[in-house]
Amino acid sequence: MIPLSWYLALSAVIFTIGVVGVVVQRNVIALFMCVELMLNAVNLTLVAFSRYFVNPTGQLFVFIVMAVAAAEAAVGLAIIISLFRSRETLNIDEADLLKL
Amino acid sequence: MEILFFLFGAIAVVAALNVILQRNPIYSAIGLIVTLCSLAGLFLTLSAQFIAAIQIIVYAGAIMVLFVFTIMLLNVRSEESKVDRQKFLRWLAVPLFLALLGEVYYVVRTVNNPPLQIPATGAAPPAEILGTVESIGREMFTSYLLPFEATSVLILMAIVGAMLLARREKEVDAAKRQAPTAEPEEETVAIGPGH
Repeated sequence: MIPLSWYLALSAVIFTIGVVGVVVQRNVIALFMCVELMLNAVNLTLVAFSRYFVNPTGQLFVFIVMAVAAAEAAVGLAIIISLFRSRETLNIDEADLLKL
Repeated sequence: MEILFFLFGAIAVVAALNVILQRNPIYSAIGLIVTLCSLAGLFLTLSAQFIAAIQIIVYAGAIMVLFVFTIMLLNVRSEESKVDRQKFLRWLAVPLFLALLGEVYYVVRTVNNPPLQIPATGAAPPAEILGTVESIGREMFTSYLLPFEATSVLILMAIVGAMLLARREKEVDAAKRQAPTAEPEEETVAIGPGH
């Protein structure tokens, strides 16, 4: 059986890639996809723990995380469309109205 | 089993790198779809069949279609590479990274948790039925009924919020209704509430 730590390491790698993407991306849609990447890395952790502790609760968490991700995607993409209508750009650096 | 892990893990990591390295968001979306599918394969190696199926249907199906739809709708070209406005941050990055690394090293060295006891398989229900629809559904509708219902309310709120955010402005609609003889040429781009 594959050790639990391998799954955790893979999940950490994917999560880190997601964090790096959020930092370096300027396109707001691509940035949003990096957030989805991070959510999926956490899902992998939950499923791995659920398997190794032989407890289905972790998979339930994954189910709820997926529902939250769907809601987040719907609202976030609506915000992006609304941002594009008012700014005519998808560059995240252009949306700085709240900056001091 | 190890072969499957390494195969799907390598595909997932490469596709995830593809997500953040591509300039065109549509290629990022394709990379994300590949990552999601290989993660579904990894879920199968963890005997989580239901979650793997849901991953394909909900994530790679519904959510990514939403993403691709938005990308197509907004007609995004490859992002123009503008000059970085904060050049000094580049020189700050390496020292900050080293400081963070030292911090992590210190925490790992000092905090000394006892290792988790992983229960031997066989004490609990066998792992083969762990991820079936039956076991997940039983948990969901007995112990975790309240979070399930809260999730449905959350989705309802998200639908209402998305409709509210993505619709046109009211004045434009009213103006169109006032003058129905005006040609229905669309895309007088609605000005958002920020202006």
